[in-house]
Amino acid sequence: MTLSASELLLPDFSSHPAHAGKYAAPTPGDCPAFFPKKVSRTDAAHLDALEAQSIYLLREAFHHFKALCMPWSMGKDSNVLIWLSRKAFGGHIPYPLLHIDTTYEFPEMLVYRDWAVKYHELNLIVKINEDARAGTGEYAERGPIGYETADPVTVTHELKTAALQQVMAEHQWSALITGIRRDEDPTRAKERYFSPRNKDFEWDYKDQPPEFWNQFTTSCAPGEHVRVQALLDWSERDIWQYIQREGIPIPHMYFSRKGPDGKQYRFRSLGCWPISGPVESEADTIDKIIDELATTKTSERAGRAQDHHERNAMQKLRAKGFM
Amino acid sequence: MSLASSVPVSLAPGQTSRLRVVFVGHVDHGKSTLIGRIFYDTNSFPDGKVDQIRDACLAEGMDFEYAFLLDALLEEQEQNITIDTTQIQFKTDRRPYVIIDAPGHKEFLKNMITGAASADAAVLLIAANEGVQEQSRRHGYLLSLLGIKQVVVAVNKMDLVDYSQETFAAVQAEYLDFLSRIGVQARAFVPISARNGVNVAARTAEAGAPNPMPWYEGPTVLEMLDTFEPPAPLVAMPLRMPIQDVYRFDHRRLLVGRIESGTLRLGDELVFSPNNKVSVVASIELWSGEEKTVALAGESVALTLKEQIFVQRGHVASHSSHAPIESNRFKARLFWMGKRPLQIGKSYKLKLATQELDAEVVSVENVMDASTLEVVTGERAFINRNDVAEVTLQTRGALVMDNHDRNPFMGRFVLVDERQVAGGGIIHSGIYADRTKVKSANIYWSEGNVSGRNRSLRNGHEGAVLWLTGLSGSGKSALARELERELFNGGRQVYVLDGDNIRHGLNSNLGFSKEDRLENIRRVSEVACLMADAGLIVITAFISPYLQDRRRAREIVLEGGHEFAEVFVDTPLEVCEARDVKGLYKRARAGEIPEFTGISAPYEAPESPEVTVRTVQNSLEECAASVLEYLVPRIRSMGEDEFSI
Repeated sequence: MTLSASELLLPDFSSHPAHAGKYAAPTPGDCPAFFPKKVSRTDAAHLDALEAQSIYLLREAFHHFKALCMPWSMGKDSNVLIWLSRKAFGGHIPYPLLHIDTTYEFPEMLVYRDWAVKYHELNLIVKINEDARAGTGEYAERGPIGYETADPVTVTHELKTAALQQVMAEHQWSALITGIRRDEDPTRAKERYFSPRNKDFEWDYKDQPPEFWNQFTTSCAPGEHVRVQALLDWSERDIWQYIQREGIPIPHMYFSRKGPDGKQYRFRSLGCWPISGPVESEADTIDKIIDELATTKTSERAGRAQDHHERNAMQKLRAKGFM
Repeated sequence: MSLASSVPVSLAPGQTSRLRVVFVGHVDHGKSTLIGRIFYDTNSFPDGKVDQIRDACLAEGMDFEYAFLLDALLEEQEQNITIDTTQIQFKTDRRPYVIIDAPGHKEFLKNMITGAASADAAVLLIAANEGVQEQSRRHGYLLSLLGIKQVVVAVNKMDLVDYSQETFAAVQAEYLDFLSRIGVQARAFVPISARNGVNVAARTAEAGAPNPMPWYEGPTVLEMLDTFEPPAPLVAMPLRMPIQDVYRFDHRRLLVGRIESGTLRLGDELVFSPNNKVSVVASIELWSGEEKTVALAGESVALTLKEQIFVQRGHVASHSSHAPIESNRFKARLFWMGKRPLQIGKSYKLKLATQELDAEVVSVENVMDASTLEVVTGERAFINRNDVAEVTLQTRGALVMDNHDRNPFMGRFVLVDERQVAGGGIIHSGIYADRTKVKSANIYWSEGNVSGRNRSLRNGHEGAVLWLTGLSGSGKSALARELERELFNGGRQVYVLDGDNIRHGLNSNLGFSKEDRLENIRRVSEVACLMADAGLIVITAFISPYLQDRRRAREIVLEGGHEFAEVFVDTPLEVCEARDVKGLYKRARAGEIPEFTGISAPYEAPESPEVTVRTVQNSLEECAASVLEYLVPRIRSMGEDEFSI
């Protein structure tokens, strides 16, 4: 499978400040995935320990929750989750994956998605909050929700969290395996490995259950669910070193590419295209990305507009059910 | 104060081992400020973060505080207390650190435990101007309970006491006295001012500034942390691999779990507790297909065994020479942090490694106030929140464990109340038996209950009927007895119905005519159903040669709302006849027994039995394992803590 030109027609970026004249379309003919050359840098024991704990958590989740699902954003962390799941279960992934499609996905990422489904033999469920996009059903009064008309926090809530609520109600999952990490955001630093959510998806971060000695909250009442955060202890650097060590295929968009303005850009974090800006970077290999991380002091999600829309935006989003 | 005792161990090339440090102390003694300061001093904040907070403080008319840098949550800023455990990372020249910020407020003890339980070392803060407080003592005690031995005490806010050496010495003396009573040795007492950056990373915040405490010659907080060591993996200890699950993918039967201690090698003979089954490691599986011959403590692995014995989640693999303790009664030091008090005699779910059993506190030796260390003895019905108690616990079924001082991973457990971990405990005083000589002898007890749901909650499983069918001499009785013992040892209620106990009493008026045989099976079916009502797993061992009879048995049991599994003991006639244990075939061939199944009467083999076992190809244990693998997941009690979709 290769990238074809027609699939890669970009949405209208030209007028958008995050993209105008920056990131170029990929070259047709390439494989949709980037296969890193397997290199073991340092920290072998550290990565081994992280891997063992993540596999332990995935197996605990699978044992305790019959109905569970793994949301998959196609980003680097969730591709590491796929890899760890395959390791945990002898090459198979015994639960479905879920892609919440906001309809603002980078076309290149959708091509990657279809490629990865075949490559990893994934059971993928794709969910779009159709009513919100069309302004029908419960959205009839408010009209269509999109970045053109609403602020990023509202759009993220409706197209991601509300979509997740809809698909959870449909499938009655009692657990979700997430790829969030403590180092991404201060609110995530306080997370538990097994983090309960009530019927309304709310996170009671003021009264979280105790969690120690690898004993977790492994059951919940009907309608509630548990977030199993299998990558909580990993750092961004760990993720990259592990991808490199294992040779995990990931999307090309993390790697530097020459933009129409002649400068080099890459994405450090990938979300909806209207709110995910590329950063200037020469890093076109994992080695260079890791070196870049060693010196950078900007936060990983700096390119994501919804986090910075207002003070405590992330806190509010997460309390309402966002990952 | 000497550093001579802490010699840094050199790391293998390319390894940077993280140290997890928990910061504890009384609320307001300056934990967030110290952590903020360490971040600032080690240049660990993202670009712009410090300026951003400075600007925000200016805009809101507040003085800048290093603590603000950490208190990212709105609620925290409002209440001015750290509400939950936060984990963040920073680096010194020596190595990376994970900081666990555990709250000091008494209400948040559960968060303090959550944070501290995973730490390799601790920084305990005491404000010099307030001295040793209740929480200072409580936290010190909990650190000792959690087994954290690398402790540095930072006496903070020295700027508020004019950097007085006397004040520092007084705090140090008072706290040293407390620590010695609980058997904890602090590695160092460091006088600091987190706010002014004194003795945090360096003597003074700015190089060359006057040192306000020239009388102190010991290490700074960071220098002290750099002398601590992460725990060595427990590879040299006896093997403990609690089984997490058994998977059947492709054609492999994989036993998965994490090796908590010791070393496991290809070809090792493993004994599985508590059922004492033995098998040999046939492979250590990797998804990549590479061959692995050894796995060490800390690894999450998947194994296959040579002989397919019955193993399930909760069983613990070890080597027979160093097997764990198994018992249903043991002593522990227990701390409680549940929303409701712990009730003596009430059943709670106990989790130890991957085991889950119902357990109750049967007696309390004493309760200790973790702050004053005052010990209270005497009769009591409750253990209150934040209490630490010496107790005796009893589990329903055998628990596999170690004494905590011998193996921490298998020597600690939690109790669950209302779906949440509500208490934790450290096991001590257990006695190791020589497993090669002594088989487990567990005590079981029962209690009358009314509804079927109560029964299944109490039993931990639903009632069910395992209907064994096969020719005379096919091995039904032997299999029934093996299954019965296996289920019984697993803490389950089980009973076997066979000719021996049915023909002599209930059916003593029946002969062997076709009608009487039919009536015999009908009665057995009804009795089995009643016993399943009573919550038992019933194993019937009758030839039951007719499809129609077995179909009716199935209908009766299903009608009663119980799991029914037909087990075909598929042993060829010639084998049964060759075995001829009771000489019946010989007599049948001689015409002495009329209508003998297989000789002069038909045997209608099951069309679609739930399980078929072949006693010729497989050992008795393997046959039993395949039946149990089918049955056990299907009779799981749908307790209050679980629900199905």
